[in-house]
Amino acid sequence: GRAQPRPRPAAAMQFMLLFSRQGKLRLQKWYVPLSDKEKKKITRELVQTVLARKPKMCSFLEWRDLKIVYKRYASLYFCCAIEDQDNELITLEIIHRYVELLDKYFGSVCELDIIFNFEKAYFILDEFLLGGEVQETSKKNVLKAIEQADLLQEEAETPRSVLEEIGLT
Amino acid sequence: MNVTTVVPQLVQILWTLVTTGYSTEHSISGVSDPFLQVQILRLLRILGRNHEESSETMNDLLAQVATNTDTSRNAGNAVLFETVLTIMDIRSVAGLRVLAVNILGRFLLNSDKNIRYVALTSLLRVVQSDHSAVQRHRPTVVECLREPDASLSRRALELSLALVNSSNVRAMTQELQSFLESCPPDLRADCASGILLAAERFAPTKRWHIDTILRVLTMAGTHVRDDAVANLTQLIGGAQELHAYSVRRLYSALAEDISQQPLVQVAAWCIGEYGDLLLEGSCEETEPLQVEEEEVLALLEKVLQSHMSLPATRGYALTALMKLSTRLRGDNNRIRQVVSVYGSCLDVELQQRAVEYNALFQKYDHMRAAILEKMPLVERGGTQDEEAKESKEAQHSEAALVPTEPQASKLLDLLDLLDGTSGAAQPPPPLEPSSEGTSVHLLDLPCVSSAPASIPNLKVFEREGLQLNLSFVRPPGTPALLLIMVTAINTSEADVTHFVCQAAVPKSFQLQLQAPSGDTVPAQGGLPVTQLLRILNPKKAPLRLKLRLTYNHFGQSVQEIFEVNNLPVETWQ
Repeated sequence: GRAQPRPRPAAAMQFMLLFSRQGKLRLQKWYVPLSDKEKKKITRELVQTVLARKPKMCSFLEWRDLKIVYKRYASLYFCCAIEDQDNELITLEIIHRYVELLDKYFGSVCELDIIFNFEKAYFILDEFLLGGEVQETSKKNVLKAIEQADLLQEEAETPRSVLEEIGLT
Repeated sequence: MNVTTVVPQLVQILWTLVTTGYSTEHSISGVSDPFLQVQILRLLRILGRNHEESSETMNDLLAQVATNTDTSRNAGNAVLFETVLTIMDIRSVAGLRVLAVNILGRFLLNSDKNIRYVALTSLLRVVQSDHSAVQRHRPTVVECLREPDASLSRRALELSLALVNSSNVRAMTQELQSFLESCPPDLRADCASGILLAAERFAPTKRWHIDTILRVLTMAGTHVRDDAVANLTQLIGGAQELHAYSVRRLYSALAEDISQQPLVQVAAWCIGEYGDLLLEGSCEETEPLQVEEEEVLALLEKVLQSHMSLPATRGYALTALMKLSTRLRGDNNRIRQVVSVYGSCLDVELQQRAVEYNALFQKYDHMRAAILEKMPLVERGGTQDEEAKESKEAQHSEAALVPTEPQASKLLDLLDLLDGTSGAAQPPPPLEPSSEGTSVHLLDLPCVSSAPASIPNLKVFEREGLQLNLSFVRPPGTPALLLIMVTAINTSEADVTHFVCQAAVPKSFQLQLQAPSGDTVPAQGGLPVTQLLRILNPKKAPLRLKLRLTYNHFGQSVQEIFEVNNLPVETWQ
């Protein structure tokens, strides 16, 4: 018989999914190693489960051995999977903070923004969360970091002549 | 850097953050950097667990955060919730724990559904260890039964069942019964089983107990567990002063409705046993009931013929009719007729009974009265209910699950074992006078007799000084039977309390758990707690056994679920 409990992985959040009311996946961030097949299976099941919830029900549900925290913003469902000992209420705050960041960056964000600029959505998420944990609690700092990254990208995109590059003009 | 230096530093950081460290870009709705607060509290929880000194250092800070956090918005509640979780997990002083439970009680009154949900879940976790503190919030919990959201009402149900004790059992049963009437169908079974279990443990009087079971059977008869019938017949059989009362109540209930099978079975049994009391005895406790012999016979025949009756139910009815042949005063023509008709029934079981009863009427008429005498009370073989906390709980609840459930599914079910089907203890076969008298009932098997080739003992579990050993016996007379003695020994310095061991086996096995010798395993290797498991394995399939332990040790409530490996081959071959 097993005498010691299995050691749990350290990630607080195991994964985050964003999907529309029709079940189309807009964003997926995984903080635990899983094969592609498993990810697809989990996504399919979870999307089905969450979409089946009625509007008045509470934002938490138990699924497999995880706790699922989800919240609907306009046409998008933000869905996070956390572990047994994690705090559901703070996860709601994490989701809300992420939405605020997206809103500030895109200016009144909507689903289309995320569809057409999904790489920016991932960048913002990665500045805010690392390994499933909050790494930057200041909204201003996250947005500043993204801004700087954007500037670098723009600089890289504008073409410069060879002479400009070596500083002769 | 070790724990003793880190904890004061963390305490200082959080203290500063909470009292003076306000920064607009880090705060959410007036709460200073809730993400950071929650993370610090998490870390303090891990460091303070099982560590007396650190826990002491944190006490003041936790009290401060618990009382001064603004709870008008979710951010504040999130911090408060994390504080409660931390208080419950470390070695905190009693006053702090009560404070934490009261915060959870306040959460229960919050208009936000999510907050009520986390409150119910957390209360379920601490109800075993801080029972009296949670009891204070019982009325609020009962209110939550009326929640429209199914996941909330499920948790409220688990928690309510965990809060039933001998002083509030009448009030709580009333609430739970009204819940049973209106609850969603998937909660019916758990609610019914929960009420029956609570009634069994805390029934103030036998009559109340019988009434309660009767009401549950009438309301949700199809959802109760299989052994409810056996339990009720046992209970009635044992309460001689209530025979007349019981048979009249059951007769009236049966006359109204013959569709609820467990109710019909018990009623048929009772009418058969105590038919004379039904017709002649006067009972002050029920309304005067004038019943004619013909009416009784007609009712039993109706049950026999009804398409709603299960084969087992019809068996009960037939036997009851037979017993009435000695209890009633009229001639037995009607009964003889029915019995001979069923002699050619397609159901083999009924046919066999009818043929035998026919023989009783004809060749063995001189023995009929003796054979159909009133049943002596059979001793309970210790068929125990397997439930969780929550169930879990139920089960949990307790429940797992429950809680386990829960898990809790997991409510009051035990874990899904192995092949995905649970091998719940089969009830003992219905107590019938069988005229052949050769069938071997589970209850008749001898207890631990002389052991043949001895099977080596097995140590299956060890944690912080608590050990669980299994010893095996295969009694020589019964090849399919295996007896397992579970022994729990505690070599640590703290007692293990509320020790409960449950077991599950695959579906083809039959498992019976007898009552344990106690629920406290004293420290320093004191008198161990023992429990006997009886496993019937007629198919000689390989034995698989899963054990679930719940207990309190060092102030923590522990739940362990594991499968027993390395079972010796001699246990099942």
